[in-house]
Amino acid sequence: MKFTEEHEWLRVEDDVVVVGITEHASEQLGDVVFVDLPEVGTEVSKDDEVVVIESVKAASDILAPIDGEIVEVNEALIDNPGKVNEDPMGDAWFFKIKPADPSQMDDYMDEAAYQAHIA
Amino acid sequence: MSADLQITPLNALHRELGAKMVPFAGYDMPVQYPMGVMKEHLHCRAKAGLFDVSHMGQVILHAPGGYDAVAQAMEALVPVDLLGLGAMRQRYGMFTNDAGGILDDLMLANRGDHMFVVVNAACKADDIAHMRAGLPGIEVQEIADRALLALQGPAAEAVLEAMVPGVAAMRFMDVGIFESTFGELWISRSGYTGEDGFEISVPEAQAEPLARALLAHEDVEPIGLGARDSLRLEAGLCLYGHDIDTGTTPVEASLSWAIQKVRRADGARAGGFPGAERILGELQQRAPRARVGLRPEGRAPMREGTPLFAQATGGEPVGHVTSGAFGPTIEAPMSMGYVPQALAAEGTELYGEVRGKRLPVRVAKLPFTPATFKR
Repeated sequence: MKFTEEHEWLRVEDDVVVVGITEHASEQLGDVVFVDLPEVGTEVSKDDEVVVIESVKAASDILAPIDGEIVEVNEALIDNPGKVNEDPMGDAWFFKIKPADPSQMDDYMDEAAYQAHIA
Repeated sequence: MSADLQITPLNALHRELGAKMVPFAGYDMPVQYPMGVMKEHLHCRAKAGLFDVSHMGQVILHAPGGYDAVAQAMEALVPVDLLGLGAMRQRYGMFTNDAGGILDDLMLANRGDHMFVVVNAACKADDIAHMRAGLPGIEVQEIADRALLALQGPAAEAVLEAMVPGVAAMRFMDVGIFESTFGELWISRSGYTGEDGFEISVPEAQAEPLARALLAHEDVEPIGLGARDSLRLEAGLCLYGHDIDTGTTPVEASLSWAIQKVRRADGARAGGFPGAERILGELQQRAPRARVGLRPEGRAPMREGTPLFAQATGGEPVGHVTSGAFGPTIEAPMSMGYVPQALAAEGTELYGEVRGKRLPVRVAKLPFTPATFKR
């Protein structure tokens, strides 16, 4: 698993990358009440805003960590946004992206580096 | 914590309880505790929540002529019937300016031989200066050595009655002075959550012991500013500086109920407060716009500043959102905002522009959750 400075986690699953937010990020956000997901098939570039998360405090974005195509989104979050707080590292993934350039993954931190980053 | 922030007598307790502290109106205040905003909100509606509102201003107004002399003078600053306010009763009101705008909203109590008022933290200094300048012959005494706690929710009565016998007999907006093991408590049966409950003014040295005693009850949890905001919004209550300010009149703000008949155009003490001409005119001919409740049809909250449109495409904004959040009790997003009178009827469909998209929203009845006051 890889991590971004924006507190996203990236997990490679066969030829796609699953994207979610870290436990740390979900704690900082507070209770999530709304999730706006991208459409499947959307071509995105690294740093595009692809997901909007609204918590009881504020709205925040998830940026595309890499270039690629959105191939699946987690529809379950639409009706149950609270899952982002309950299981941020597991069931509450946001989208799966098919990388245009898998080497972009090399830019990101491993878990030890991420833990040091938030410490 | 930045050095210029003030603290309340409960600051150390908030930290001990694991609160996340934020600067608010010049004070270091708890925005949430480990329970989190959503659960704190629901707990307050289900049982009881304890709020530190010590940042608010407590002021006593004295005059040789007693309460009536203070009330008469104060009626020159607020459009409220204060001479007709019964002993040990409290009323909501607002300071208005010459343009009819709102300088602050406040609670005013008749305490027999004097008046006691509670004003917003952010406006405290200005309000006190305003009263000193506008109330000749009245002694304006800021009470800086007392904390203010709010205990709100359906369990509040039983919890407080066990510690301060007699409070259960109070009705909504009654005030009382009670001797207790925590010193002399100034208690009102009021609050700002839409729930039954009490606001308790306590000598600052006794504030923490009182808060600990209340929190020791299994039904009571500490509640931060985050849930205080969603609770008051569900209850349809205005937040000064957001839903009301110097640019909104009480009539536009749908607060006409706070202006009693005796202060209106045909009343015995009509007008006589700043901005009376405009405010009384709006009471007779309706204001051009109104504060309304808004229920977004989707799940996306429409927050403060969201522009409102009459159509799905094109056109100019017809108004804007002044408060918006997710309502944990109604399990849906909710907002308040100003719209032209012609678009203020319940059920009117409007559009709020969120992140460049116009999303449908309907004008809705306030409050979003029914009030449970003990009248």
